[in-house]
Amino acid sequence: MEGKEEPRIGVYICECGLNIAATVDSEQVAKWAEDLPNVVVSKFYKYTCSEPGQVMIKDDIKEFGLNRVVVASCSPRMHEPTFRNAVKEVGMNPACFEMANIREHCSWIHKDKEKGTKKAFELVKMAVAKASLLTPLEPDEADVTHSALVVGGGVSGVQAALDIAGRGYPVYLVEKEPTLGGNAAKLGKWFPLQQCAETCLGSCAYCILVPDLRDCINDPNIKVFTSSEVEEVDGYVGNFKVKIRKKPTYVDPKRCVACDLCAEVCPVSVKNEFNLGMDERKAIYIPFKDAVPKTYTIDKENCIHFSEGECVENPKCKEVCFWKAVDFDQEEEVEEVEVGAIVLATGHDILDADERPQFLHQHPRVISTPEFERLSCIVGPTKGSLDIDGKTPEKVVFIQCVGSREKEGNAYCSRVCCMVTAKEAHTVKQKLPDAKIIVYHSDVRTFGKTHEEFFVKVKDEGVEYRRRERDGDIHVEEKGDKVVVKCEGHPDEEADLVVLAVGMIPREDTLEMSRILNVSRSGDGFFLEAHPKLRPIDTFTDGVFLAGSCQAPKDIPDSLAQASGAAARACGIISKEKLLLGENVAFVDQDLCIGCEACLESCQFNAISMVDKDGKMVAYVNEALCKGCGTCIASCKSGAIQQRGYNDEQLLKMISVLAESEPGG
Amino acid sequence: MADEFEPNILAFCCNWCSYAAADLAGIGRMEMPTNVKVIRVMCSGRVKPEFVIKALSQGIDGVLVLGCHIGDCHYITGNHRTLKRFEVLTRLLGHMGIDPRRLRLDWASASEGDRFTEIVTEFTNTIKELGPNNLADYHGRKAARVSQ
Repeated sequence: MEGKEEPRIGVYICECGLNIAATVDSEQVAKWAEDLPNVVVSKFYKYTCSEPGQVMIKDDIKEFGLNRVVVASCSPRMHEPTFRNAVKEVGMNPACFEMANIREHCSWIHKDKEKGTKKAFELVKMAVAKASLLTPLEPDEADVTHSALVVGGGVSGVQAALDIAGRGYPVYLVEKEPTLGGNAAKLGKWFPLQQCAETCLGSCAYCILVPDLRDCINDPNIKVFTSSEVEEVDGYVGNFKVKIRKKPTYVDPKRCVACDLCAEVCPVSVKNEFNLGMDERKAIYIPFKDAVPKTYTIDKENCIHFSEGECVENPKCKEVCFWKAVDFDQEEEVEEVEVGAIVLATGHDILDADERPQFLHQHPRVISTPEFERLSCIVGPTKGSLDIDGKTPEKVVFIQCVGSREKEGNAYCSRVCCMVTAKEAHTVKQKLPDAKIIVYHSDVRTFGKTHEEFFVKVKDEGVEYRRRERDGDIHVEEKGDKVVVKCEGHPDEEADLVVLAVGMIPREDTLEMSRILNVSRSGDGFFLEAHPKLRPIDTFTDGVFLAGSCQAPKDIPDSLAQASGAAARACGIISKEKLLLGENVAFVDQDLCIGCEACLESCQFNAISMVDKDGKMVAYVNEALCKGCGTCIASCKSGAIQQRGYNDEQLLKMISVLAESEPGG
Repeated sequence: MADEFEPNILAFCCNWCSYAAADLAGIGRMEMPTNVKVIRVMCSGRVKPEFVIKALSQGIDGVLVLGCHIGDCHYITGNHRTLKRFEVLTRLLGHMGIDPRRLRLDWASASEGDRFTEIVTEFTNTIKELGPNNLADYHGRKAARVSQ
């Protein structure tokens, strides 16, 4: 074992041209370093990172039998990988390489060459002290499960699943609702509308979304779980174990042909969630006609069979079903799957406009933008009619930023509402060319590709945009059978229809999901990305990626782009045979461990657990979960936990050599 | 000038924020006293309170512990631990007869090279005012350093 050998250290002091040499006498430092314990050779060089510099080190390793190398040059954040690779090429263990930063931390910040030289030597001395205690390490590897889990079957989740499956890997797609499609399925036309026929008043969900959903459910690589939830996630990157709970739907999807006979005889009518409560559905229902999977579901809470034991209706749904699909005995199932990576695409909720009472949403003439989507849609509850009490609206007023960009409440911009409003105003123009349309906005943000052009077009169509102060008063009052919009700085507007552009909010279950997957949330409640600029798709939990509006409000193109990105990131993991585990992970000397559990509490990543060792409970670090922060080590009183590359002995040695006397003295 | 006390100061910097801030101070050629020498750790949460006690009792004149700003920790809450531990440690130092001002816990993000410079300069001045760590006498090194 190299580790048991006497350390033979080579020290290389870089001049970095004049970058170091101007304030540090590298030659002098190298000379002083010759006398440090275990140093076999000490040299200075003009550009150590250059090819000849690296060759010099490699030759010395061979000639002098070096097993430790210290380079004093720039920041290790710059060239540590360079030198580690170099020493590895000649068979030295890269973990036995150490750097002293005498450029950023010394020559560049000091002018006095004498003091700079002395400080540089102090830094070299500390690095040499640490190097003498370094031990060779072999990187640990873990096997990888070549499959992925996608949580959420909206546009983002479906895109991610299709992308991953398209590369040949099995995917488990889990959706809470009985159908795939999520929020996007409830929309009328999706913006940008440039590709759409002017004459089309249909729903993009049917034209564009449903075919994708069908591809997803028909893909042999994708196993879709609808009416299901992720209950538990265990394990770590490359090897997650996931428990999926599938709720009974009491209809066998393999037998159901969605003929609707069962719903026709069902005596129970309840509010239809898919149409946002604007019409009714039966207790046995399909969310929308083209739902995927195309199968009915029994809503247990409202079904008389379950509430009273026997349905009063004759014939009953079960009897009329020619295919014998209705099965009241269906039970909940729990399935465990193993995956290497997870894409979180749980989407968003929409702000309930009732929560902003100043806008009088409960009034029949006041609706929200999602309600407008359903009403204007040809397959919606009114078959596309905007009439109220049989009368065609003559004046329609839109109010933007309801529940977004608030002084108190949601501070963020929901990013889609400006285009949603422009699109809906355009739809009103198409349907009711004579209607007067007013939009109250507080800054229009149509920043997406072709969005601004569309906004200009809508204005040119005669939609009146009125700017209001973001914090100024705006509210809706009842007046006779109509409503009046009162906005500070503008005349009151009596309206037949008011549409509130409500914002996106984090899903109700975000907190629960964040706990199940150990994923953080940002201040606004959405899932938090690992880095706002450089790692917008990753989370702090390795192997878990974000797609779509669960991370922040997004429109469909942006959600899909992120979903494809998340799929690519996930494939980057599941395509590997082995995963290299972190180099600075913690490990436990179980003989020293006293089982106090202080480390357990200090670990943010659930990497530490207690295991039985010969009848004694001791700590154990799962290297695949450990991120190498070392916080547990600082809490360990017995010194049983240590960290690769930063153990107590090494750091204490650095401290004591610094406390020793000055160089040359 | 010749007999001015030049303190020997140790700084623990976390890899992700404060060490990067120190690098940035270098890149920006921000001049500062030569007294502070940095030990890199992955997270300020790695700094065992014993390290500080050992450093001060062996005669190091001051110890800086620099992490990411609270809320910005690369390891989510590593620096929360540091903060908690150091509240206790600061009180403990007083009981041990070490001036708690010889320890400073602070935060600097990777973009705050100027803040790093400021902290280093301020802390060096504080330690200069406090004078040599009297525990250094025990190790017989104080006289040597003052005469530099």
